[in-house]
Amino acid sequence: MSATSILLQFLNGLAGASALFLVAAGLSLIFGVTRIVNFAHGSLVMLGMYLAVALSEVVGFWWALPCAALAVAGLGALIESVLLRRLYRAPELLQLLATFALVLIIRDYALWQWGPEDLLGPRAPGMAGAVTIIGQPFPAYDLFLIAVGPAVLGALWLLLTRTRWGTLVRAATQDREMASALGVNQRLQFTSVFALGALLAGLGGALQLPREPATLKVDLAVVSDAFVVVVVGGLGSLPGAFVAALLIAEVKAFCIALGYSKLTLVVEFLIMALVLVLRPWGLMGRMPAPARGPAALEPPLAAPSPRVLAGLCTLLAALALVPLATTGFTLVLLTDMLVFALFAVSLHFISGPAGLHSFGHAAYFGLGAYGAGILALRIGAPMELSLATAPLLAGGGALLFGWFCVRLSGIYLAMLTLAFAQIAWSVAFQWDAVTGGSNGLIGIWPAPWLASKAAYFWLVLALACAAIALLWRALHSPFGYALRAARDSPLRADAIGIDARALQWAAFTVAGLFAGIAGALHAFSKGSISPESMAVARSVDGLVMVLLGGIQTLTGPLWGAALFTWLQDALARGFDYWRAAIGCVILALVLALPGGLGSLGGLLKRQGRA
Amino acid sequence: MRSLLLLALLTASSAFAQPIRIGELNSYKVFPAFLEPYKKGMELAVEEINAAGGVLGRRLELVTRDDGGTPGDAVRVAEELITREKAHLLMGTFASHVGLAVANLANQRKVLFVASEPLTDKIVWENGNRYTFRLRPSTYMQTAMLIPEAAKLKKKRWAIVYPNYEYGQSATASFKRLLKQAQPEVEFVAEQAPPLGKIDAGAVVQALADARPEAIFSSLFAADLQRFVREGNTRGLFKGRAVFNLLAGEPEYLDTLKDETPEGWWVTGYPWSEIRTPAHQKFLAAYQARWKDYPRQGSVVGYAAVHSVANAIRRAGSTDTEKMVEALKGLEMPTPFGPIVWRALDHQSTMGAYVGQLARKGGRGVMVNWRFADGANFLPPFEEIRALRKD
Repeated sequence: MSATSILLQFLNGLAGASALFLVAAGLSLIFGVTRIVNFAHGSLVMLGMYLAVALSEVVGFWWALPCAALAVAGLGALIESVLLRRLYRAPELLQLLATFALVLIIRDYALWQWGPEDLLGPRAPGMAGAVTIIGQPFPAYDLFLIAVGPAVLGALWLLLTRTRWGTLVRAATQDREMASALGVNQRLQFTSVFALGALLAGLGGALQLPREPATLKVDLAVVSDAFVVVVVGGLGSLPGAFVAALLIAEVKAFCIALGYSKLTLVVEFLIMALVLVLRPWGLMGRMPAPARGPAALEPPLAAPSPRVLAGLCTLLAALALVPLATTGFTLVLLTDMLVFALFAVSLHFISGPAGLHSFGHAAYFGLGAYGAGILALRIGAPMELSLATAPLLAGGGALLFGWFCVRLSGIYLAMLTLAFAQIAWSVAFQWDAVTGGSNGLIGIWPAPWLASKAAYFWLVLALACAAIALLWRALHSPFGYALRAARDSPLRADAIGIDARALQWAAFTVAGLFAGIAGALHAFSKGSISPESMAVARSVDGLVMVLLGGIQTLTGPLWGAALFTWLQDALARGFDYWRAAIGCVILALVLALPGGLGSLGGLLKRQGRA
Repeated sequence: MRSLLLLALLTASSAFAQPIRIGELNSYKVFPAFLEPYKKGMELAVEEINAAGGVLGRRLELVTRDDGGTPGDAVRVAEELITREKAHLLMGTFASHVGLAVANLANQRKVLFVASEPLTDKIVWENGNRYTFRLRPSTYMQTAMLIPEAAKLKKKRWAIVYPNYEYGQSATASFKRLLKQAQPEVEFVAEQAPPLGKIDAGAVVQALADARPEAIFSSLFAADLQRFVREGNTRGLFKGRAVFNLLAGEPEYLDTLKDETPEGWWVTGYPWSEIRTPAHQKFLAAYQARWKDYPRQGSVVGYAAVHSVANAIRRAGSTDTEKMVEALKGLEMPTPFGPIVWRALDHQSTMGAYVGQLARKGGRGVMVNWRFADGANFLPPFEEIRALRKD
C-alpha cells in the first residue's frame, strides 16, 4: 500500500464516520433522556433517504436535505407524543416493542409509497465530481461529509452546554427523576428531544443520498450499526459516539484496504465486544448513578395458582390429543409454537426474573440447531443422540459468553449479548466446511420412528413442556428467589451472602441450554438450518414474544410465542402488507395491554371483583 | 366480447372439475424489486392457460405465499401449501439457502418442486434430488456465458468483487476456474467480498484501484451494484478497464442506474425492448396489454415457470407427483427466450440469457452488442455432473 492509498482510505473512513455519527448521535440523545431503545431509528433514516429523493426532484438536492430532515423530525414528534408517551409508565422495554412495530409499519409504508425498486438519488450539485488528492481522484462530496460530522458535533455541544434547553437535557440524562422533581416540563422535553433525534436521523439519511440508493433494507442495517456506535462510545456521550464512529469506520476501511474484506461482516461487533469487556461503560461513558432506593420494583412472580395449573394441564392434555383429530398443517404450526414457546420462556428466564436483558438469545437457539445438524450430518450421529447432546453446545456457548456478559448490566449487557450473537452468527456464516456457510446445513431429518408429523409433535410437546416446567420450577426454587433478589437489590442481596454474579452466570447458562433444546428441536422439524436461525432478527423475535406476553408474568411468554407465530402465519397468508398488519396488531396490544397477554387473567379477575 | 363469453363458459364448465393448484412461495417482502414483476408474469401465464381451457380440462390455480426469506419460515409455508392448501406441486423461492431447504423438504415429502429463481448450482448438482427441477440459468451457466468475451480480451491482471454469500462465492470460484482454463497465464490480483447489501463502496473501489487490475469481474447486484457504480464512476475506477458484471443487464438492476450506467461493461441480462423473435414479441405484447408496464427479467421467469408446470402436467396426463417428475425430464417447450429442454440428467432447464454490453441511451441504461446465449451450451460435461449428483 502506498502512502497515497493509506491517506485516501483514511479519508474514506472519515466520510463513513460522519454518516455513522449523525445517526448514532440522534439515537444517543433519545436514549439518554427517554431511556427508549428506539428500534425505529433506522426506519427514520430510511424515511429521510426516500423523502430526500422525492423532494430533490421538486426543490433540488440542497434544499431537499433540510426539508427531509424537518419532515422526519415532525414525524418523530408525532410518534413520541401520540404513541410512546403512553408507554413511559409501562414495564421496561415495552417501548422497544412499540418501536419494533413501527419498523414493520414504516417499511411497508415505504414499499407502498415508493415501490419495490431502489431509488438512486441525484449527485450533489456543485460536488458531483472528484477532486485530485496527490494524483488520485476522491469524491468532492465525501470531503463535505467529512466536515459535516465535526460540525454537527460542535453544534450539538453548543446546544447542550450553552442553552437552557441543553442544560435541562443533560440534567435529565443524568437523573430523570431529579430533573422532574425540580419542575422540568418532561412532556415538552421528551417530545423535543425525540424530534431532535429524528431530525438527525433524517438528516443522516438524506446526506447519504449521493453515495447510496434509498432501499427498503436500510432500516435494520443502520439501526444495529448505530447502537454499536452509541454503546462503544458510552451512552450519553456525544464525543464518545464520535470517537466510536471514527474507530469503527476506520477499522472497516483498513480491513478492506488490507484485503480482509470478509471481516467487515462482523468487525464492528468484534470491536464492541472487546471494548465492553475492557471498559464496561464504553470508551467515554461514565458508570451510571446507582439506583436510588427501591426504584421500579416489580411485584414478585406468583407461583401459579391451582386453577392456573389445572388450566395448563388441561391445555397440555388437549394438545396431546390434537394428532388424533388432524395430521395436517395444524401440527406443523403447533410444533413451531411449542418450539418458540420454549425459546421465549428460556429468554424470559434471564430477562424477566433475573433482570439480564439479552438482545442475542438467538445465538444459543442457533448453537443448539447447528449442534444437531453438525452431529447428524458431519459426524453421522443418530438423531436421538444429536438431539440430546446438541443443547450442550448451546449451554457451553452460554457458559463462555455469559462469563463476560454478567459482568455488565442494563443496556451494556444487552449489547454485549448481541455482539457475541453476531460473532457466533458470522462464524456460522463463513465456516463453510463445518456449518455449510450461508446455505447452512441441509437434510437434518428425524429418525424414522419420529418422522411422521404426529410422532414428532408428541416429542416436541413432551420435551418442550418438560423443559418449560423445569424452568418455571427453578424460578420458584431458592435459586430463582436469589436471582430475583440480585435483580431488585444487588446491595442487599450481597449483604445476605448471595453471590449475584455466580448466580447470574448460572442462570445465563441454563437459559442458553434450554434455548439450545428449542434450537435442536427446530432443526429436526425443518430439515435444515441456516445462519438466520442465530441472526439478530431471531433474537428480536424472541424479545417480541416475551414482551407481547408480558415480561413480568410467568406464563406470558407462552401466549406471546403462540400469538406471534400464529400472526406470522395467518397474516402473511391474508395480506400483501402483512408486516404492517403485524405491526398494527402489536401496537394495539401494547396500548391495550401494556402488561402483556399474561396480565390479562389478573386484569379480568380484578374487574370481576370490582 | 366473444372471448369474454368463452371465458365465462369455460370458468362455468371447469367449476365442476377440481382446479390444479400450484403452491408458490417466494420472498416477496425481501426482494420485491425482482418478485413483483415475477408475480405479474406468473399471473399472466395462468390467465392465458385458463383462457385456453386450462390443463387437462381443469383450471390452473396459483396459491402464492410469502416465505419470509428464511429457510425455517419457507419450510413451514411449504408444508402449509402441501397439507392445508392441497397444492399439487411447489414452485418458487429466490435465495439459494431458501431454495435448497425447500428442495430438501420436497425430497422428504415426495412433492414436485420447480425452483424458478434460485441461482445456486447446488440445487441441481451437489444437493440435487429426484423431485427438484430448476428453471433459470444457474450461477455457473451465467458465469460461463461471460467467459468467451473475457478470454478474448487477453487481459492478464484481474480483480474480483462479489457479495459475500453463496451466489457471489460460487460465481467467483467458477469464473476463476473457467478463465484459468481458457487463459492459463491469467492472474487474480485482488479480491473483495463485502457483506451483501452493506458494501463500503468508497473503500472497496479504492482498494481495487490500488491493485491496478486490467479487468474486473463483479457479481454485485441491487443496492451494492449502485453504490459500486457511483463510487467507481466518481473515482475513475472503470476508465480504461474492462468490467464484467453478472446480472447487471437485468432491468431490475439496470434501470435504477439511469445516467450512471457505466458504458462498455459486459453483462448478462434482458434487453426487453430489442428482442425481435416472434416468441418474445408475443409475450411482450401480452404482458404490456395486461399490466401497462414493461416486463423485467423476473416477469419472464414467472411466466415460463407457470408454463413449464402446465406443460409437464399435460405431458404427464395427471397430477400424480411421480408422473409429473417423469414428464418434466426431457420436456421440450417454448419460452419467450426461445425453446428450452428440461434436462433429464440434472433437472436443469436449458433456458439461456442475453449477454451484451451496457450503454446509455436517453438518460437510461440499455444493452448493446448483445447476443443470446443458449443455456445448453454453457453446462459442464455429463460426467462431471454425474459425479456431483448423489442420486
